[in-house]
Amino acid sequence: MSKLTVSPSPHIKSEMTTANVMTHVIIGLFPMIIAGVLIFGGSALMLMGLSVAMCLLWEKLFCVITKKKDTTDDLSAVVTGILLSFNVPATLPLWMMVIGTFVAIVITKMLFGGLGQNFANPAIVGRIVLTLSFAEAMTTFVEPFYYRSTDVVTQATPLATGKASYKDLLFGNISGCLGEVCALAILIGGVYLLCMRIITWHIPLAYIGTVGIFSLLAGKDPVYQILSGGLLLGAFFMATDYVTSPTTKIGKLIFGVGCGIITCVIRFYASSAEGVSYAILLMNIITPYIDMATRKKPLGAKEG
Amino acid sequence: MIMNKIRIPHFKNTNQAETVDIPLPEKVKIPMCQHLGMNCEPLVKVGDLVKVGQKIGDTDAFMSTPLHSSVSGKVVEIVDYLPANGRPCKAVVIETDGLQEVCESVKPPEISDRESFIKAVKESGCCGMGGAGFPTHIKLNFDKEKTPIDSLVINGAECEPYITSDYRELIENTDDVYEGVKLVMKYLEIPNAYICIEDNKPEAIKKLTEICKNDENIHIVKLKSSYPQGAEKVIVFSALGKIIKEGELPSSVGAMVMNCTTAGFINRYTKTGMPLVSKRITVDGDIVRTPCNVRVPVGMAVSEVLKFADCNVEIADKLLAGGPMMGMCLYDVDTPVCKTNNALLAFKKNEKQNVMTNCIRCGRCMDACPLNLMPTLLEKAYDTKDVDSLKKLKVNLCMNCGSCSYVCPAKRNLAEKNQLAKALLPRK
Repeated sequence: MSKLTVSPSPHIKSEMTTANVMTHVIIGLFPMIIAGVLIFGGSALMLMGLSVAMCLLWEKLFCVITKKKDTTDDLSAVVTGILLSFNVPATLPLWMMVIGTFVAIVITKMLFGGLGQNFANPAIVGRIVLTLSFAEAMTTFVEPFYYRSTDVVTQATPLATGKASYKDLLFGNISGCLGEVCALAILIGGVYLLCMRIITWHIPLAYIGTVGIFSLLAGKDPVYQILSGGLLLGAFFMATDYVTSPTTKIGKLIFGVGCGIITCVIRFYASSAEGVSYAILLMNIITPYIDMATRKKPLGAKEG
Repeated sequence: MIMNKIRIPHFKNTNQAETVDIPLPEKVKIPMCQHLGMNCEPLVKVGDLVKVGQKIGDTDAFMSTPLHSSVSGKVVEIVDYLPANGRPCKAVVIETDGLQEVCESVKPPEISDRESFIKAVKESGCCGMGGAGFPTHIKLNFDKEKTPIDSLVINGAECEPYITSDYRELIENTDDVYEGVKLVMKYLEIPNAYICIEDNKPEAIKKLTEICKNDENIHIVKLKSSYPQGAEKVIVFSALGKIIKEGELPSSVGAMVMNCTTAGFINRYTKTGMPLVSKRITVDGDIVRTPCNVRVPVGMAVSEVLKFADCNVEIADKLLAGGPMMGMCLYDVDTPVCKTNNALLAFKKNEKQNVMTNCIRCGRCMDACPLNLMPTLLEKAYDTKDVDSLKKLKVNLCMNCGSCSYVCPAKRNLAEKNQLAKALLPRK
């Protein structure tokens, strides 16, 4: 007679696991991977691959050195790797990419206790550190499909120039970071995550809506503001990171609106052309307070 | 206002399986506590001859119900017994003689008013058959002045996967359920009844609607099939739109919740006088080759019931009394079947091991909790033994429905932590 297992209920669990969640996010990122490689060629693929590989390696190394259980199989490092590579220009030297992954995985995530314990989005912090450290390399953008021509021409992003057609913005016929240029690819991925119930509409809608309204009030073209820069990528894939965004629906709305306001303030009134990553980082920091302020009231609870 | 619920698989493999009587076992072991409350003392001693329906256990304690023999035969042993819930009691072991002679005391009770009705229910050994086993006569004996009750909520939701025993009661004993509801309404002067059935049981809804078509005061409530629709607080909200406050009973909102099988049993008892000595249970699970509904004498070993359903007990890894969401693991294959059992599930070892990861703060547990609790925060508060936070976050409200653990992608044992956390709260 085999021994019977005795365990607390429930005895069945849903199919959804942390790795499944991450796999869905990775699938959602695929349209941007394809668009990025089509627009910026082999160097884009190289950067993406390196970023993912290094993120996994850093996490594995960290686990080995600190004698912790290897957590790379939760696939969150892959997501961070892809997202970080989406935030850099195609011409970024590979060694800089390696530094970015170190900051994202080791400093931002693992030192705080690994997945779920970090207060800021690792990819966002990686991007910010790279931008501050290597300002020139991080803001040198080549024109789309540069690999087809013989001479490489650099361009400012549409957000800085203010000159690009909606069609170019939608299909990614612009210069910019690897994953940010093709709005259509981001929307396809975002809709996938919404359909799969990996994310809810609250953060993306609040974020994008706020940017739209703020732009209108500030006399800017809202559609242009929404389609250019890192807004869509940020709104659908970075601001919606479970770990660093509020857990309640009201909290998510507050978070999205906050991101939108900060993004616009930076874009319109500060010296930096782009504000998405700073906006998300700042909102990441106040997320615990939003959570505390938006706690649900248990049904039927009595005071005291 | 809404109450969160989750979608879980139904696995109602046995909903077409008509109830069959199981062959009489050679021996039954009847625990002296099968309900919520105090243990009974055995009224028989070793060597006594007993008959079906004979009272063999009782107590003067308020919170209890008497126990009756499910077989005729000889008492061979009175043993100490540790049920799966961990509350030890005595158990009377009876060797059956196969004659199933009915005890002389078994005759229809005389019922004329509220008092005699409640007394009869007490003598029947009836306790809530939804699983908790709350003594029914105590529930019925509410204070008419302090907590008037205007709504009788009949729970036929059966939201747990696999289980179909309540469904079979509604289908096979529609009259009993109907008459039972009428009896309770009549003697306790409850003006309205709401028979609540999930919409995955259209046949039951049809039959009940048909039989109640001339009763304006009996309402058939079609509930959405979702979990935990059958939990007391949830079904009261679904049927009446009322929220039962912390620490209060359904009577605080003028409601009384009764399982449909309990209502059916009460009617049968008033007709025959046969106490609660057998129980319809659903036998299912991935190693049960013939899933079925069987009527089992109380005290029969689960291993024999499983064998009847073509289950190889040898390969069983988990035996559950009840459904997979809230059921209890049995530690022994010879555990006797109790009054409150409604299902017996047997599973082999699950090869797919769920890996637990850190909480990823996805918030699914909070969207799942019917009572709006925040399981992930409760888990952290429990881990740090932060009693103040546990109190503020109202862990005492948790009804252990398991929705949070079910939906958690990080596979954290949130419901379990809540139960452990309750032990940290100061006793009132």
